[in-house]
Amino acid sequence: MKVAITSTGELLTSAFDTRFGRAAKFIIYDTKEKSFIVLDNKEQVDSPSGAGVQAAQVMINNKVDALITGHLGPKAGKVIFAAGIEVYQTDAESVEQALAMYTSKALKPLKGSNVDGQWV
Amino acid sequence: MRISCTSGKGGTGKTFVTLNLARTLKDRVTILDCDVEEPNCNLFLQGEKASSERFSVLVPQLIEDKCTGCRICADVCEFNAIVMLGGKPYIMEDLCHSCAACSILCPEKALIEVDNPLGDIHHYQKDSIHLIEGRLDIGKALAVPLIRHVKKRGLETTYDHLILDSPPGTSCPMVWTIDESDVVILVAESTAFGLHDLQLAIATIQEVGLPYGVVINKEGMGDDRVEIYCHENNIPILAKIPFDREIAIIVSESKILVDEKPEYKKLFESMWEQMLLLKEHSDGN
Repeated sequence: MKVAITSTGELLTSAFDTRFGRAAKFIIYDTKEKSFIVLDNKEQVDSPSGAGVQAAQVMINNKVDALITGHLGPKAGKVIFAAGIEVYQTDAESVEQALAMYTSKALKPLKGSNVDGQWV
Repeated sequence: MRISCTSGKGGTGKTFVTLNLARTLKDRVTILDCDVEEPNCNLFLQGEKASSERFSVLVPQLIEDKCTGCRICADVCEFNAIVMLGGKPYIMEDLCHSCAACSILCPEKALIEVDNPLGDIHHYQKDSIHLIEGRLDIGKALAVPLIRHVKKRGLETTYDHLILDSPPGTSCPMVWTIDESDVVILVAESTAFGLHDLQLAIATIQEVGLPYGVVINKEGMGDDRVEIYCHENNIPILAKIPFDREIAIIVSESKILVDEKPEYKKLFESMWEQMLLLKEHSDGN
């Protein structure tokens, strides 16, 4: 099971990033291997529009099964849900806290986007 | 002459200035309501509808059995409007800018272009005034293509002067509205928020490189910070409209000030004279 967590830094102790499309980084945690990789999201952070959609593409390309984030907009949500990726919402303080809440099944899956879109 | 009426902050009185100027001028005027997310000029003008049309832009549509999943379309899209999902392109119409790169470059011709309706364009008329109004469909986000079409329709009418009622702010819809204007009117309120947003709008207009002046609306409300700022920066003040209960009542009844109180025509005439000078000065340079 591959779980993506939006993060401000490259460590499990890094602060959780509540943004999805413009999150600083993604930590992709493999629950079987108990290991993780870090993906830099700079390209989307600097993108004038469609950041959420492209971040969703990154999730799909990395074959992520679940996503833990704070806010998911309508366009990114459309892609994420169409790809069958489960989404969990939290306002955890750190990546490891978010992950612990996920593994202890304390997080409820999100059924749709939870914030409005942003327009340039 | 082509005039745009804009502001940084919303609700400062763009439509008010647009309509009063149009009703004051003796020449033929065409008003373009480019504030397509909430067009309101005809609430006041109350013109007769002459014609209406739907407006659409082209967006790609996938012919699934032709697609080989090569992802060229997703790679060439500058606007992140195509994602690859299950090996096939998934099109986000709201992000598409209708550049057609995906359908032109698709080696399998698997993307055809289809209409994506964005809104309506209404043509109203009252006396010698034409009004072209763009009205974006609820839930649509692409204002610019509709604004450009409103401008195109406006140029087809018979007029001596064009007055464009712009959306507020400093983003693409505002820039596309004011582009190619002879003079830009900035309507501002003298409050902290009003001055802050006025400065942003001025920076945008300077970048576009157009002559402009400021109209201080609701003068007497707030303080004199906008006037001080204009003096310090040599920005012409085209008019000052008082913060007045009687004016507020007229506006609240969807009426036009100079129709109800013709003595205010002088204010808009003098504003017009100053704009002619601004244009002359800029033509001279």
